[in-house]
Amino acid sequence: MNTGKIVGINGNMATVEFSGNISQNEVGYIVLDEKRLKAEVIRVTGNSAALQVFEMTNGIGVGDVVEFTGEQLSVDLGPGLLSQVYDGLQNPLADLAEKCGFFLQRGIYMNAIPDKKWEFTPKVKKGDIVQPAYTLGVVPEGIFQHRIMVPFGFAQEDFTVKMILPKGLYSAYDEIAVLTDPRGVDHSVTMIFTWPIKKPIRNYEERLKPVEPMTTKVRIVDTFLPVALGGTFCIPGPFGAGKTVLQQITSKNADVDIVIIAACGERAGEVVDTLIEFPELTDPRTGKSLMERTIIICNTSSMPVAAREASVYTAVTMAEYYRQMGLNVLLLADSTSRWAQAMREMSGRLEEIPGDEAFPAYLESTIASFYERAGLVRLYDGSTGSVTIGGTVSPAGGNFEEPVTQATLKVVGAFHGLSRERSDARKYPAINPLESWTKYKGIIEKGKTDLARHILFRGEEVNQMMKVVGEEGTSLDDYIIFQKSEFLDSVYLQQDSFDLIDGSVSIERQKYIFNVMYEILKAKFSLSTKQEARSFFNQLRQTFIDWNSFSWESDSFKQTEESLMNKVKAKLRIEK
Amino acid sequence: MQKVYTKIESISGNVITVNAEGVKNGDLAMVSSREGISLANIIKLKGKVVSLQVFAGGRGISTGDEVRFLDRPMKISFSENLLGRIFDGSGNPRDLGPVLDENLIEIGGPSVNPAKRIVPKNMIRTGIPMIDIFNTLVESQKLPIFSVSGEPYNELLARIAMQAEVDLIILGGMGLKFDDYLYFKEELESSGAMNRAIFFVHTASDPTVECLLVPDISLAVAEQFALQGKKVLVLLTDMTNFADSLKEIAITMDQVPSNRGYPGDLYSSLASRYEKAVDFEGAGSVTILAVTTMPGDDVTHPVPDNTGYITEGQYYLRNGRIEPFGSLSRLKQQVNKSTRDDHRSLMDGMIKLYASYKESLEKKSMGFQMSDWDDKLLNFGEKFELEMMELSVNIPLEKALDLGWQILSECFAPEETGLKTDLVMKYWPELNKEDK
Ligand SMILES: Nc1ncnc2c1ncn2[C@@H]1O[C@H](COP(=O)(O)OP(=O)(O)O)[C@@H](O)[C@H]1O
Ligand SMILES: [Mg+2]
Repeated sequence: MNTGKIVGINGNMATVEFSGNISQNEVGYIVLDEKRLKAEVIRVTGNSAALQVFEMTNGIGVGDVVEFTGEQLSVDLGPGLLSQVYDGLQNPLADLAEKCGFFLQRGIYMNAIPDKKWEFTPKVKKGDIVQPAYTLGVVPEGIFQHRIMVPFGFAQEDFTVKMILPKGLYSAYDEIAVLTDPRGVDHSVTMIFTWPIKKPIRNYEERLKPVEPMTTKVRIVDTFLPVALGGTFCIPGPFGAGKTVLQQITSKNADVDIVIIAACGERAGEVVDTLIEFPELTDPRTGKSLMERTIIICNTSSMPVAAREASVYTAVTMAEYYRQMGLNVLLLADSTSRWAQAMREMSGRLEEIPGDEAFPAYLESTIASFYERAGLVRLYDGSTGSVTIGGTVSPAGGNFEEPVTQATLKVVGAFHGLSRERSDARKYPAINPLESWTKYKGIIEKGKTDLARHILFRGEEVNQMMKVVGEEGTSLDDYIIFQKSEFLDSVYLQQDSFDLIDGSVSIERQKYIFNVMYEILKAKFSLSTKQEARSFFNQLRQTFIDWNSFSWESDSFKQTEESLMNKVKAKLRIEK
Repeated sequence: MQKVYTKIESISGNVITVNAEGVKNGDLAMVSSREGISLANIIKLKGKVVSLQVFAGGRGISTGDEVRFLDRPMKISFSENLLGRIFDGSGNPRDLGPVLDENLIEIGGPSVNPAKRIVPKNMIRTGIPMIDIFNTLVESQKLPIFSVSGEPYNELLARIAMQAEVDLIILGGMGLKFDDYLYFKEELESSGAMNRAIFFVHTASDPTVECLLVPDISLAVAEQFALQGKKVLVLLTDMTNFADSLKEIAITMDQVPSNRGYPGDLYSSLASRYEKAVDFEGAGSVTILAVTTMPGDDVTHPVPDNTGYITEGQYYLRNGRIEPFGSLSRLKQQVNKSTRDDHRSLMDGMIKLYASYKESLEKKSMGFQMSDWDDKLLNFGEKFELEMMELSVNIPLEKALDLGWQILSECFAPEETGLKTDLVMKYWPELNKEDK
């Protein structure tokens, strides 16, 4: 084994002198009494290497031994990942808790994949020719057919199936197949293989353009700012504006097969909400608990910073793995700024030349290559799968001009910018409808949403004008446009996430009520004073809010709709 | 192995370097100078060069002074004997009591496994409507008061502490004015709460580095008591002084600053302290109420900004009142679903109207004609500020909610409030009278 010796410690960076060969991103363990602390090589110069240590570094001294593994920082891929809660290095937190109690202890690493038996059905037979990522068999994991594939790390060449187990119950760690390479060398395969997290999985035929909407049951998103399956989006916003709540709702409601939540450097308590709530919630698509389609990667703010840097890669690697099974996976990362800060801390310790706000010069390219791992792909067997990535951004001072937000905006397909003014006024979700944008197509005809956006835009203009010339200096027509935009905002854009009914609105319902909204926005009303206009729209608003609170197609829903339509009709101006 | 060195290689600010071997990162040393004896801890190793931050500061240290390595990290004594006692930032008595050295515990220990956390569920009642209705405080929450200097933040802190039903209060003072220290002491003594309180106080005139230890010591002790089943409230005032001490050390160590001189790991340093707030299943809890003064009343200043991203909300104190905008309790939805059925809607509804009031106020100040609607809002806003926002108001939550409906009904017609009809039917005062 290749070893080295510690020559320096600065925060979570260790400097190590070594002989022999080591590689970038190789894992090394610092030996400390009976513990071994995991670290990753992040720079090599001559016979000295800088390692980021995934644990607290107190107690380490100069001269301590480092054992290099020859392996890149990797995760285990196989059946049993779903419904697990991992730390940034894929240690299962529940198992750690069982072993260590309330507190995390350093230097304890556990198997990511439980030693569980699975009902295996082979899909190939002896003598078949396979390549990396070809399906050898399947096991049922929750509601999915989990594909047991030829390890992605195998060379890109033909392997002959020498042995494959018949249908039966086997442990994930059992040998299920033996494959012979063109040189006649045998390779043993289990249900599990490893993959280096910083390397994208590219075992597919081609990448396709994301088109189909990934719905979230949040009106402002689905109707106005949609995201596509295989696309990317970001949610920047100052603290308290509602980034995390928005991601939590999305993780519940998103119309995808699998959700991976990367709680990256933020509050532990927020993960607990999900942990406790999800097993109780049923996924309307499957009738099973939501947890069965979820993986949580949890490296919260007080956990080691270097592992935080790794955690988003751990998460996206698992997302790519499930995409290989023809599934739609959504990865939600909260917050990508904490990941960027972890990079910044390390860059500072490496004494690299700092860029803007001391972030490293490679910040932009690193963010870009992370989001590049999203995508809709056609697999070798013709099926498609997707990874959609949504990241929150926590800009310093709430100012979107800072490096992380700017670098992210350059690469994502949709921008859901949260505004302090809107969250202060409790206008949730506090997405600024005028500043935000998307490149994807939504569930509603663009012509119609364009009209609604136009009214919002004009309404804002009138509102600004009124601040200069007062209400008295505003024409009645303008004032009505302003009222319409306020109405649209308060009953459609705003949505009470904690309300049982209003909290998640089906696509069917969104289309239905949007049409009603559209008719109101288009309509000309006979209103003779501003006072009358204000009170008319107040009444519409009241009725619409009540309407939103009744379950879809219930009697109350229908009655309220009628009452709303009557109110509208009463003031409708009939054009001659 | 050599433990005592008498040659200090460099002295810069509060950081000294010594050429030594066989020492461990984070361990303690004792530095004896003509200023007295001070503890120091190892913050960096580079070959033989060992960097130490000296708790009592670098002032007066000479290159020939003695550095003795203790071979252990910083620890603090933990027992019931701490109750009623007052210590400085290094854990030495500030009162006349004895030095405590039994049962030493580690400070700055590992964080709680997120899988072991539970969802907080107990509201802490304060009698302050701006807290109880709008920004409910919850057991195990971490929450700072954002304030400009000169505001009565320490009074607010003390008032909440006295009113809260907790087993133990730990005060961590950082750069505390001596008068404020005495104020806390008198408040707790006069209410008889001192025997269930512990103080770790670093005052403005003490060495800066000692300030850095205060949160770790306070929270380590709090955590131990919580594990023994106690509900502990930790008061940390003022965390901006703590952050400034971090900045000072970072600059001395030639770290590249990220924002206005603060180190890039400010977020992580603050988070590792605040995240000590916890509710232990089957045992006690740690709740953290802190003070973060905002230099120049600027929330975007790195200290309040990073803090806001870490804590579970904040109380924004301004002109002696808790501002509805900027204030937030992120845990409120864990508890306000089971207080009263109108709580949530009233909370959001009143704030929305208050936001509109602010707009009308702006229009008015620009000399525009006020519409009926503006007049209604102005009337509402004034009542709201006077009857709800004043810190002198001290009523239970239920009374405060009733008061909310009362104010609304005095100012608006029901459909102007944007509140759901079923709630209006149930709580609107006049409609209720007609019923009866
Ligand atoms: N969609 C929403 N509906 C209702 N309340 C919300 C919503 N979004 C945010 N909030 C309120 O704002 C608080 C802060 O939201 P959070 O998502 O934690 O902010 P951030 O992650 O941006 O700091 C929440 O605790 C909640 O009280
Ligand atoms: Mg958040």
